[in-house]
Amino acid sequence: MAQGEGQQHAIGIYLRVWFLLFVLSAFSYLVDVVGFEGYLKWFLITLFMLLKAGLIVSVFMHLVWERLALICAVLVPPGVLLFLMLLMAIEGQHVLSSRLAVVLP
Amino acid sequence: MTDRMPRRLTLEPGWRGMVGDLASDQRAFKKVPWSKVMMWAFLVSDVFIFACFLVGYMMARIASSAPWPNASEVFALDVAGRQVPLLLIAIMTFILISSSGTMALAVKCGYERRRFATGGLLIATALLGTIFVGMQAFEWTKLIHEGVRPWSNPWGAEQFGAAFFLITGFHGTHVSVGVLFLVVMAIKVLRGSLQAGRPGFLTGRRGRYEMVETLGLYWHFVDLVWVFIFAFFYLW
Repeated sequence: MAQGEGQQHAIGIYLRVWFLLFVLSAFSYLVDVVGFEGYLKWFLITLFMLLKAGLIVSVFMHLVWERLALICAVLVPPGVLLFLMLLMAIEGQHVLSSRLAVVLP
Repeated sequence: MTDRMPRRLTLEPGWRGMVGDLASDQRAFKKVPWSKVMMWAFLVSDVFIFACFLVGYMMARIASSAPWPNASEVFALDVAGRQVPLLLIAIMTFILISSSGTMALAVKCGYERRRFATGGLLIATALLGTIFVGMQAFEWTKLIHEGVRPWSNPWGAEQFGAAFFLITGFHGTHVSVGVLFLVVMAIKVLRGSLQAGRPGFLTGRRGRYEMVETLGLYWHFVDLVWVFIFAFFYLW
């Protein structure tokens, strides 16, 4: 913090992150263009998505320079959503199997 | 208010520092103006809203016994007689990322007290956001003409339309509101209200360049949500 006020960082890091976001977006678009299927496709999409999200949150939103109390307050509650996602995926499979059980012998 | 905080006070880093912060008097989040903490609190609540939509979409897609429409074909554009998959969506992604970049630079210029650079970059961000919303409107029009409705579509599972309109509509609303705030903030910056600490007309709070950073948090969040929508809805 140069003037002891707010978040001040070198312009280089913003430009680098900006460029990286472009590259990562191009990669995730290429996953679709090239036509990967199955687990490879899902893995690559998720990987590029998380990298982009991490760059935006940490550098553009300055979270990496904040104190740990704020970082935890911001990241822990959404992390619990993974549990909701897991539960709903299991529930969804159950709904699908009970729907199919009506149709199939 | 923040200016009167003792800045020389050494704060312990790491986990011990976090325990100290949370156990301390008056404020748990040190070195952060309260307006920024409030913006973070709002964004965390917004994360939950979008997560509910995306998880709901995931469940509808898993539980649907009808085949899910292939987004790669649904969102293809006809360019010179050739179907290019997801072209419009890719351009929208690049535009939103560019707007995030100009916003980050606007925040930086703001703290450097460069009034016209900050205002110009805010206007550039607002323009890119407007282009994004315009392209989304084009996409909605195209899909509605092709017969997509929240309750049916020509290609497969009915829930596709409902998920599409809800998720992209809610995100587009966020972008539109963000553009309005960007324009307001650009006017405030350009006429020097932040520099002079002039009270705002609605809230009466004194102008500060931290306001640009707080608005930037919101704008980056809109970009962040698009990253997830792009991955889960369009690419998956």
